[in-house]
Amino acid sequence: MNAAAARRVDRPGPLVLVMVAVAWLLVVIGLPLATVVVQALAKGLGVFFGTFRQPDAVAAIRLTLLAAAIAVPLNAAFGLAAAWSIAKFEFRGKSLLITLIDLPLSMSPVISGLVWVLLLGARGWFGPVLAAAGVKVIFAVPGIVLATILVTVPLIARELIPLMIEQGTEEELAATTLGAGGWSVFFRVTLPNVRWALLHGVLLCNARAMGEFGAVSVLSGHIRGVTETLPLHIEALYNDYDFAGAFSAASLLAGLAIVTLIAKTALERAGAVNPSSRGFHAP
Amino acid sequence: MTLTIDRVYKQFGRFPALAGVSLEARDGEFLTLLGPSGSGKTTLLRVLAGLDRPDHGCVFLDGQDFLALSARERRVGLVFQQYALFRHMTVAQNIAFGLDVRPRRTRPPRATIKQRVQELLALTQIEGLGGRYPAQLSGGQRQRVAVARALAVEPRLLLLDEPFGALDAKVRKELRDELRRIHDATGVTTILVTHDQEEAMALADRVVLMNAGRVEQIGAPWELDDAPASPFVFAFLGETNRLACEVRGGVARFEGFTAEVRQPAAADGRGTALFRPYDTRLDASANAEGLPVRVVDVRGRGGVRAVECQALSGQRFIAELPQSAADRLEVGQRARLTARRVMVDFADTEPVRPRAPERLAPRERRPISPSDPS
Repeated sequence: MNAAAARRVDRPGPLVLVMVAVAWLLVVIGLPLATVVVQALAKGLGVFFGTFRQPDAVAAIRLTLLAAAIAVPLNAAFGLAAAWSIAKFEFRGKSLLITLIDLPLSMSPVISGLVWVLLLGARGWFGPVLAAAGVKVIFAVPGIVLATILVTVPLIARELIPLMIEQGTEEELAATTLGAGGWSVFFRVTLPNVRWALLHGVLLCNARAMGEFGAVSVLSGHIRGVTETLPLHIEALYNDYDFAGAFSAASLLAGLAIVTLIAKTALERAGAVNPSSRGFHAP
Repeated sequence: MTLTIDRVYKQFGRFPALAGVSLEARDGEFLTLLGPSGSGKTTLLRVLAGLDRPDHGCVFLDGQDFLALSARERRVGLVFQQYALFRHMTVAQNIAFGLDVRPRRTRPPRATIKQRVQELLALTQIEGLGGRYPAQLSGGQRQRVAVARALAVEPRLLLLDEPFGALDAKVRKELRDELRRIHDATGVTTILVTHDQEEAMALADRVVLMNAGRVEQIGAPWELDDAPASPFVFAFLGETNRLACEVRGGVARFEGFTAEVRQPAAADGRGTALFRPYDTRLDASANAEGLPVRVVDVRGRGGVRAVECQALSGQRFIAELPQSAADRLEVGQRARLTARRVMVDFADTEPVRPRAPERLAPRERRPISPSDPS
């Protein structure tokens, strides 16, 4: 719709502006991305693929996927529940809840990691209890998953809340008067109405979950092959002066990000074409 | 399905939305709930639909305690002001929804549902639109889908909340007739909420006029017109002129003329007379009796003219005259005003003050602030 409203660029002024924008993006995004790929392939395809055959790399990829596979569904469920309650009900502490959801976005990921250490670490509040039960969270896989969840909490909820607020509750009420029960209303009316936004949020959440460095770094303990995710693995390789390896792993991560972006754009296209997907009724 | 509403109260915070509403809808009747905004008509509709619970009072449908049922169990067809169509479903899916969500043992077979959808598309005259999405429909078409969807579950009661509010005048009139036809074809007891007195009067078997959470009057449209129960009813139902008067011996006395009082056996006392433009006369002849006024404006079309005039006090009146009588009047001309029949508001004993006649056209209405003595 914006594309239709925008004028075609045929005068020199706007053309210069567009070129400046493109040049800027090429320098700050395109160039580094190209560097990653070039460096990754500098010693040939053999070294490139060899990186991913190392057991530590395989373990890092596996751990990254595991963390994302746990964090994304949990945050999808939480995001839906939070957005549902915020958009469809009035209750005390609503604005506090909205603020809380946003908090992980505004604070440094390092803090998101540190809070878990303070809570669950050996000298933390619940540390002794966990130690007595023999559960290891800090410097172990559960800690990494927790950190990932905390950092990605807002991503899905924030996609859903404005849309659900805009859609209101009338469709749900209509469904109820037509005889639909609670689950029926949710699965037949509420969920389909936000499905594109939900998918969009899931993709964003997934990208962040796989790429998170700061919070995970605090909780990881950097045990190779055990508590290293892909981003941590890249750092470790880099610190070992294994530039080809580091850039190969980095190119994998960047590739994942690009795939996510393409999927997101495709979704937006589908959403724009399908009249039923976004919240607006045509006038 | 006879609906009985008995002394229903509902309070929102300190605001009483319903202050003891009792009424009965007969089987197959078309009722309109009419009243200004804040009069409680939508709240009453929501109570009937099960979306709000009254604080006390009873609602029975054919002797069954309606309040004991959840919204889901009531089988009430509710048409929302903004239609609330399911945006991700086609028109046909929207209409079929109420049947589709039934538990398996009571759900009709697929073919039956399909047939029912076709019948409803035909009834609401939107055949061929079954495959469209709500976003691809005009306002009037959406309205039809909303009605069809509500009728699909064979509701025991059809409730409509300002269903024509979002439509332009022509479509509104068309759909109004259509709705009455659909009601007559299905025989479903129907309750429609509106603030538009013309709409309410045109559609209903009986009109329920509400004000401040109470029922002011229930009756056939002509009954409300002929025998308004209160000055509020009279003023709400049409354009109204106001003039201070004194009632003595059942006759309203004004400076220069007298008029018949609508209320039977009106007590003596001071008050404000309310009268319709069509009960207002203007006489420009030299020896005429009545309130001296000056013609300010002449408007109208067809055989009728609305003549606006102003008294020396600055007060304005509208007189509805036949074209032949109005043709003798010119702007600026002096004339004498009389009224044939008046309704006296004894609660309003303010002295004469400049004031424009009340009109119902929205552009003419100003919000009434608490400090405004009117």
